[in-house]
Amino acid sequence: MSSTSSTLAPDSLALLGRQLQRARRNPALLVMTQAMPVMLLLFFGYVFGNSVSLPGGADYRTYLVPGVFVITAAGGLVTGMLQAAGDTQRGVMDRLRTLPVSRAAAPLGQATADVLLFAIGMIPLVAVGYAVGWRIEGGFGPAAGAFGLLLLLRFVTAWIGILVGMKLGSEEAAGQLGSVTFILQLLCNAYVPTAGMPGWLQAVVEWNPLSSFVTACRDLFGNATAGAADAAWVIEHPVVASLGWSVLLLAIFVPLAVRRYARPAEG
Amino acid sequence: MTSSYAVLSEGLEKNFGSGDHRVEALRGLDLAVPEGTIRALLGPNGAGKTTALRILTTLSRPDAGTATVAGHDVIREPAAVRRAIGVTGQDAAVDHDLSGRENLSLFAKLHRLRGAAGRDRADELLDTFGLTDAADRPVRTYSGGMRRRLDLAAGLISRPRVLFLDEPTTGLDPASRNQIWAAVRDLAAEGTTVLLTTQYLEEADQLADDVVLIDHGVAAHTGTPAELKARLGAYAEVVVADESALSAAAVILGPLTGSEPVIDHEARTVGAATTKAELTLPAVVRELDAAGVPILDAGLRRPTLDEAFLSLTGNTTGSRTGSRTAQKEPAA
Ligand SMILES: Nc1ncnc2c1ncn2[C@@H]1O[C@H](COP(=O)(O)OP(=O)(O)OP(=O)(O)O)[C@@H](O)[C@H]1O
Ligand SMILES: [Mg+2]
Repeated sequence: MSSTSSTLAPDSLALLGRQLQRARRNPALLVMTQAMPVMLLLFFGYVFGNSVSLPGGADYRTYLVPGVFVITAAGGLVTGMLQAAGDTQRGVMDRLRTLPVSRAAAPLGQATADVLLFAIGMIPLVAVGYAVGWRIEGGFGPAAGAFGLLLLLRFVTAWIGILVGMKLGSEEAAGQLGSVTFILQLLCNAYVPTAGMPGWLQAVVEWNPLSSFVTACRDLFGNATAGAADAAWVIEHPVVASLGWSVLLLAIFVPLAVRRYARPAEG
Repeated sequence: MTSSYAVLSEGLEKNFGSGDHRVEALRGLDLAVPEGTIRALLGPNGAGKTTALRILTTLSRPDAGTATVAGHDVIREPAAVRRAIGVTGQDAAVDHDLSGRENLSLFAKLHRLRGAAGRDRADELLDTFGLTDAADRPVRTYSGGMRRRLDLAAGLISRPRVLFLDEPTTGLDPASRNQIWAAVRDLAAEGTTVLLTTQYLEEADQLADDVVLIDHGVAAHTGTPAELKARLGAYAEVVVADESALSAAAVILGPLTGSEPVIDHEARTVGAATTKAELTLPAVVRELDAAGVPILDAGLRRPTLDEAFLSLTGNTTGSRTGSRTAQKEPAA
């Protein structure tokens, strides 16, 4: 075991490099995945923006921008799924499995590459946020913390996506499931506040991990609005909750993904 | 004693599915491949060739049986096996977004050939396989033959002691096929052990020191290509002028060849395998003519793989065609 774990870092780096090369060779994919959140931002910001009234009369687009950041970060679920499904389908995963490579290297390299590409993609998105009037209002330190949370969320969702993608093993299936994950975006507080929702729905939305991330980012960027009075603990303590969700999800999905990679199901 | 065999397996069994869908892909496969030799697993679709290779390359676990590759147990020491082998799968599993050179340098890095050593090895292989001109193009622009060649090159990066090739030339034109054959021969000359699968008798004949005829998951016959051909003998086939003459021809051919003739009503042919070395074409024609059978054409030739299977195993090869769930179809 020790001989393979000592190669984890160089192997992961090599496989990370592969994902970056792919992105460079195929920039259309990157542009597409970044165009989506910009469109979300403009669509929700200007179409719904005028009809949503926020508690305390806060600006909707300022409210929306951290939500779109989080939704974009959570897109790691879809990119992870598509990449892993494609590699499984084309036999690349099997090919890697026959190499003397650490068993965690392929998923770790892929998840890390996804975080890097996401970080690059955030630059234009932040610029669009600025253009529609959003500002960092809480100082540099907390804002850095918010960006850190976004990167963490990307890392977490990439691992989940990689596991699901390996299980699906087909790009078409991954694409279909990917569009179903749209529901997760709607069932969180990225676009609308929970205050007006019926009690049961409010509970569902608040316990969606994405809602803790959205609330934490609004807090840390200094864009917070008055929340619902009886919000759940995970909304009252969003930063701790976000970290907790991350640890929990990584503890579940990292071992599952590594095990799935090490021993694919057969038959 | 295991050390003189690069690949050794005993009683490998592998089943897929359950109930009505249960497939016994391997039913006790024994293999013993001496170091430095080329061994071909020859078998039709669904015979279990890929399943066997997947077990030997640590991708899949057998339900029963044992196997060692380069002296290491495939189940207990997969990491050691992986360090000793090179693998080229049935579908070219290279990254289509990357260039040929990028693919090879990725494999070099993963084999811990870093810096100049990796680059030199990649250049050398690109040259060997005639890919130097296309080295910096994305693989998606390659032809099928170029992709297979790149795939083989990737399997060779580490100068493996044991090389596994799953149908390395299926679907290739003769020029690409010859290139791959030449590369495989060179490797064997340098001491690499090669285990390859093929559906072509000719390929096994051309490349292999020994051939294993694999049928429904067991080794039906093992020997040199010459032994195999001698054992298979020849195949006599006659075309008759009218349908009514078919049974008369069969009555003559049966005793002549010593096997049960196969009648094809549509093509108006009667064929039969024979292992009688003394049987000649004039003898066949004479006998038929003497019996008044109107023959239009007659031949005595090496059997096709299908005919070989029929005569050696009593099975037709068509029984499992179309079941290729083992491999995911390549995405266009
Ligand atoms: N993952 C799997 N699930 C279910 N059945 C499988 C699986 N893998 C292989 N089989 C079945 O096992 C049998 C042997 O398959 P295998 O792929 O080893 O044949 P093969 O000799 O490589 O054939 P081909 O020449 O078509 O590649 C086939 O009937 C196949 O359908
Ligand atoms: Mg096969």
